[in-house]
Amino acid sequence: MEIAVKENNTKKGFLNKVFSRKTIYSFLRAVLLLGISYIILLPLLSKISGSFMSVRDLYDQTVKWIPRNFTFEHYEMVWRNMNYPTAFKNTFLLTLTVSILQLASCTVIGYGLARFDFKGRNLIFALVIMTLVVPPQMILTPLYLNFRYFDLLGILPKPLNLIGSYWPFVLTSITGNGLKNGLFIYIMRQFFKGMPKELEEAAYIDGAGLFRTFLYVMLPGAVPALVIVFLFAFVWQWNDYIFITLFMGGGGMFLPQVLELLAPKVISEVTGGTAATKLQGDQYESLINNTGMLLVIAPLLILYAFMQKYFIESVARSGIVG
Amino acid sequence: MKKKFRITVENRKKIGGYFFTLPFTLGFLFLFLYPFLQTVMFSFNKLNLGREGYSLEFVGIANYKYALLENTEFVETLVETVLSMLAELPVILAFSLFAAIILNQNFKGRTLARVIFFLPVIYGAGVVLKMEQTDYVTELMRHSDTLFMFSGDALRNLLTQMRVIPDWMVNYVMNAVENIPTIIRSSGIQILVFLAGLQSISPEVYEAAKVEGATAWESFWLITFPMISPLIITNTVYTIVDSLTSATNPLVDQIKNATFSGRGYGASTAMSTIYFLVIAILLGIVFKLINKYVVYTD
Repeated sequence: MEIAVKENNTKKGFLNKVFSRKTIYSFLRAVLLLGISYIILLPLLSKISGSFMSVRDLYDQTVKWIPRNFTFEHYEMVWRNMNYPTAFKNTFLLTLTVSILQLASCTVIGYGLARFDFKGRNLIFALVIMTLVVPPQMILTPLYLNFRYFDLLGILPKPLNLIGSYWPFVLTSITGNGLKNGLFIYIMRQFFKGMPKELEEAAYIDGAGLFRTFLYVMLPGAVPALVIVFLFAFVWQWNDYIFITLFMGGGGMFLPQVLELLAPKVISEVTGGTAATKLQGDQYESLINNTGMLLVIAPLLILYAFMQKYFIESVARSGIVG
Repeated sequence: MKKKFRITVENRKKIGGYFFTLPFTLGFLFLFLYPFLQTVMFSFNKLNLGREGYSLEFVGIANYKYALLENTEFVETLVETVLSMLAELPVILAFSLFAAIILNQNFKGRTLARVIFFLPVIYGAGVVLKMEQTDYVTELMRHSDTLFMFSGDALRNLLTQMRVIPDWMVNYVMNAVENIPTIIRSSGIQILVFLAGLQSISPEVYEAAKVEGATAWESFWLITFPMISPLIITNTVYTIVDSLTSATNPLVDQIKNATFSGRGYGASTAMSTIYFLVIAILLGIVFKLINKYVVYTD
């Protein structure tokens, strides 16, 4: 815009300046960006504004965005019924464990696929893509049965029950077979492929071993991709309810699970357990769900706010290019 | 002496390759391929769960017969799911490329715009995505909104009555417009991939083109598009997989529910095996079709 103004100041008139192509273009772009941002932010903003509304405001057509009777009662209700501190602690510990393990394994696997030339490399890469293509729901039940009666293919004398422990998550994570891990391996592979060969060779000539080279020479340069993979792994594990329910059992105290059970619980508390069906599928149920959702994603938004700078830069420098 | 050093490094690197990918290979065999084959095997059996494990009863292709012939809903939903995905695919690809190009330009507030555009990737997943579908409060606000007046039936009727544009085209465009929120929200990763691709094109290429007198339009079709065309494949595959394996997909729900009705778990596995084959064939076809137009630089 500034350039356009400078150019026009010298020769052309005022109207030309206002309607210069660059100005019009900038204006259109701004309108478009605002519109799209609005669409993206609308569900979030409407949830936030709704969560502070009293029930009276909710049914009042004249109340749109600003609550007339500001209240924290929904948060108090949701916080208590979700057992938020416990659910948060459980979810946080599991998610952190899983995302760190997935980050480590996918980095190592991606590095192996990118920087070593060995027979079967393309096959393994094809298999990585295959794990992405198969709907996770397809293998859920056999996976459950294998962890429920875990005998290491008959090696253990008596089958162990790993359901309800961290083990299913740990095992799928350290082997790069967890939720969307194919994508993470892909990202890491593309990134390592783009790094200069000389760096690695210099390290080998200086006598560093494969693992030392990876750890001290290549890894520090891979921070942008590491940030992206960690953020994705964390976010997807945090929101996941399929694997959580499967591996941890239905009654687990994790945020996605308590969120799913939240609305019926609150409604039966509000109505005293008598007219529970009356309020269902109703705006009040939505409001409770929304408030719960905000509490579930709040930690993610805080994490994103902290990592946003690195994340945006990482996208620019990651070179995750096919 | 020098030659000997090279050989050892080469050998070490070969072993290193197997060593680094070993975790995946093991995991793939035991935690993916084994359950996968079990699913395929279950689809020919009736599964009985017991206290000390489970037992199987061979039933041949009865489960497949049930899924394809007796259960009318399955085939119907399958076709619907695939068709709506195919209709959405070009829109998502076009939008994400367009958004990536805009986000790649220099303007005030670019970082903020990027933060907002990637926000759906952060919160629009898993349980939140699933519960969003029944969010009445947001729906109400959306409908009372002037921005969405274009999505009304009035415009659709008007366009249909004008009889200038064919009906199917009007419907396609109008559906796309109505789906804008969904499209935008399912484009996060694709924008990310395109943006990374755009960043990797060196500015000198554009400068050279400008010196030669190319317009912005020409440089888009002759430089940007060919340079990022491999990413169109990446994004197509990702979009198809993401859409078809998403937990909000009605078919995924139906397959899950089939476990508890009719022929039980066996039928459910038969359905998911069919579904997997459909996805694989679909990906193969789309890949072949697009690959013809992709320019590989190296």
